[in-house]
Parts: sequence; C-alpha cells; structure tokens
Amino acid sequence: MESVGYYILGVIVTIIVAFTVGLTYMGLNRKITARVQNRKGPPFYQNFIDAYKLASKETAIHHGFMQHAGPAFLMVASIMSVLIIPVLNDGKWFPNLNFNGDLIFLLYIMVFGPLGMALGAGQTGNPNSAIGVTRGLSQMVGFEIPWVMALVALMMQYQTTSLVDLMTVQQTTGWLMFSSPFAFLAAVLAMLGMFRYSPFDIVGAPTELASGPASENGGKYLFTMMSSGSIFAFAKLTLYVDLFMGGADNLIELLVKTFTIYLIPMLYGMVSPRYRTEQAIRYFWGWPLFFGFLALVHAMVF
Amino acid sequence: MAAVFWLSRTCTCNGILRGKRYQVKGKRKKYDIFSCFPPSGGQRGVKKQDMINDKNSQKIADFIKNWARKHSIWVLAYGTGCGAIEIPPTMTSRYDAERLGVRGAATPRQADVLLITGYLTTKTLKRVIRVYEQMQDPKYVIGFGSCTINGGMYYDSYNTIKVLDKYLPVDVYINGCMPRPEAVLAGFGKLQQLIADGKANGAKKYKEDHEYYRGNLRKIIGNKYEMPLYNW
Repeated sequence: MESVGYYILGVIVTIIVAFTVGLTYMGLNRKITARVQNRKGPPFYQNFIDAYKLASKETAIHHGFMQHAGPAFLMVASIMSVLIIPVLNDGKWFPNLNFNGDLIFLLYIMVFGPLGMALGAGQTGNPNSAIGVTRGLSQMVGFEIPWVMALVALMMQYQTTSLVDLMTVQQTTGWLMFSSPFAFLAAVLAMLGMFRYSPFDIVGAPTELASGPASENGGKYLFTMMSSGSIFAFAKLTLYVDLFMGGADNLIELLVKTFTIYLIPMLYGMVSPRYRTEQAIRYFWGWPLFFGFLALVHAMVF
Repeated sequence: MAAVFWLSRTCTCNGILRGKRYQVKGKRKKYDIFSCFPPSGGQRGVKKQDMINDKNSQKIADFIKNWARKHSIWVLAYGTGCGAIEIPPTMTSRYDAERLGVRGAATPRQADVLLITGYLTTKTLKRVIRVYEQMQDPKYVIGFGSCTINGGMYYDSYNTIKVLDKYLPVDVYINGCMPRPEAVLAGFGKLQQLIADGKANGAKKYKEDHEYYRGNLRKIIGNKYEMPLYNW
C-alpha cells in the first residue's frame, strides 16, 4: 500500500511540475515575443496571473454535456501523455507508466485530446468553433504523416516500440539526433504544426476566427484548456528530448534541453505570418514528408 | 444536489430563451436575472445580507482575487465608433499596454472589460448589450471618448445614443475626442484602482437595476424588438 501512495504522490508532483514549467515557458514566449517587437512585454509570470483570474471567474454557460466535457478530454489526454513519457533517464525522481509499445499508444493519445475538444466545440453551435475544428483536423492530417513516419523509422531502425528502450540505446550510440538525422528533421518540422504557433496558428486565429474552438469557453473552461495546454507542451518537449537528445539526468539539464527545443517553434513563429489552411497542409506534405521518406529509407538501409 | 438543481434551472431557462422564444411570444413570462441563476453558493430563501462573508480569511481571498483581476485585464474592443483607431497604438510597441496585463480578448466569453470606443448608434446598441450580457462575471465597462459621456459632437444626432450610462453600467469614462493612448492607459490605471478597492461593481448594479436599463433601451428601440436575456 505504501508504494501505491508514494506512486500517487509522484504522479501529482509530476503534473504540478509539468504545469509550472509549461506555463512559465508560455510566459517566456510572450516576453520574448514582446522583446522582438521592441516592447517591454508582460512579466514572465503573467500567465499564472491570467490562469488564476480565469479560474476565479464565474461561469454560467450551458450548451450541453459535451461542451462541459470537451476541456476535460483535453486535460485527460495531456495528463496521460505526461505520465507515459519518462521525464528523466532511468526512471529517476518521477514515476511513469511506460510499457513496451508505449510509442504506439502515444501516437493515439496525442490525437485524443483535440478530438474530444472538437466534439465539445461542435456542441456550442458557434460557427467560429466549427471552422476552427475543421481547420484543426485538416492541419492534423498534415503534420501527423511526417511525425508518424519519423517515429516508424526509429522503431524500424532500433527494432523496438518502447520509449525507454530508445533512451537506453542512446546511452551507447549517442543522441539519435545525429544517428538518424532525417527522422529528427521530419519530427521537428512536424512539431511546428503540433505547437500551433504562428504561422500554423490557423486553428485559434484570434483576429480571424475569434479563437476558434475555444470561442464559447471562458472562465474555468479556458483555465482548464490553458493548463492542459501547458502540461501537454511540457509532455511534447520532454518526448522530443527523450527521443532525440538522449533524455536528461536531472531537472536542470531537462529544462535547458526542452527550452532549446521550444525555441524552434517560438522563433520560427515570430518571423512568420499566418498561413492559410491549404498552405499549411502543403507545407507539411512538402519537405517534412520528403524527410520522412528519407528517414524510412535510412532506417531500412542502415 | 445543488449542482443538479442549478443545472436543471439553467436548462429550462435555455429552452425558453433560445428555442421556444417565438412560439410563446405574447404570454412569455418575465424573467429577471436572479430567477435564472440562484446567487452562487446560496440556497433559496436565504436573505442576501446573510450571505455576505466578512471573515478575515474571505478578505484575504478577495484581496488576492482582486489583485489577479487587476493585473489581468482582457479587453473586448469592438470597433463600435471612431475611437477604435486609438487601440492599435495603445497595444503596440510605443505604449505597450500588455506590460500592464491588458490584453485583447477574442470573444465576449473570455473578456473582462467591454470597451465602448466612441459613439453608439441605436442599431449597434442592441448588439453591444447582447455582447455585454454574454460576458461572464466579473465584468467591467469603459466608456471611451466624449460621445459616451454626453453625445460629444453627435449631441443632436437622431440615431446615436447620448449618455451611455443609461444603457450599460459604466465603470470608467475616458474623456477626450479622441483620447490619446496616454489617456487610455490612465483609464486602465483608474480601472485597476477601482478593482483593487472592490469598487468596480457595475455588473452588480446592472443586475439590480436591470429593469431601469432595459426600460431605457425600450424607449429607444420601441417594443417591436423584444430582447431576451443573453446571460446563458
């Protein structure tokens, strides 16, 4: 029983760490964006204030059951993925629920949240939500293909479907970023779409779609979406560090590596205006798909 | 149990307001805001004065909440009048309102502050009131420019409203035609002060004097167009 209690405590700590780190990264994103635009910008903890304010707002909107459940679906998907992905090497400090074949499970669970949110957004009856959902699913069709190709290439190359096995492999061969570079390129380009920063912010486009699927969600719902978004951001960044950068031995190393990865979509977004939907899909089916093919060939030949 | 009760009340209310609005026209019951939503956390039959919690712990919680609300103001700025042109310089690099936590919100559901930028025509007024009722508590209104105070240069116009405070509970007025971004920032500063002191209670006033505000609206647009409550 003692170990179960310890495990549950560990899970709660993991979620809190993911929430804090994710929200801080988003705050840093706002700060760095402001500095690039020659503004002073909000303090880096502005997102925590926003989150607290949203949580303390009253919410009296009712459109039906799925509208209440949509943000919860997002939250469930984020928490499940953060628990599956090992935070540190060798299972240190943080518990995780990984098993053989967790990479395949991750592929499913990472799409589950947005699909649940799509159902919830559909029930609000807001036309902006419907357009946002359509765009989101189209974009997902775009970036999922290079992303799956990169993962399949890794699975073929190292004959495993387990994240932990891939992390153990890297302790002998070095970072997978260098030993399978094409998979890394395809995965990083797919990540641009996964983060939905500019130029791929076609789903929540604030001035165009009135924040898309979230347009009927204020107050506590928006707080749930915001916190699940930050947890999911941490999960994704940790996944990339685990897959391609050899994982991390302690929290400081993890923060440095994840922030380096996080700079890619952030800085790419600052200099790019928003794409249209078809342009975004064409982008993902161009070079990222090509790199995905190269990764597969590389995995089969070597 | 209370949650189920609340939900069921909300649902019935929605059915009448949204779906069957046109069928039951004429003999529709009058709904005031309190009949739709019982005061939060309270039971029916309890007097309002008894529900006010003035313990010290509540005061600390209120202080923290007000501090967060003060530093995170999400503004809904529909371009209702010509004052909207002063918003871009306020938000961009020269005056940078984001450093104060002021940020644009995309929809009324997410917004805290409704910014009425300049004159309001009678046609726009209906939409603005609808937007205001869709916003979630706590919510504030800023009247922007002279037109919202006394009509400004439209003082004798036939299709603009002159005094905004008759239709919406304004928390802060920003004077000027046009008010410069400095004035806008000063207005936000004043609103922050009011929020911190707990004095920005326009939304409460709107609920209490709802008939007064609706009566004024009816005088302008006549009885042809009966507006339902949009607080669902």
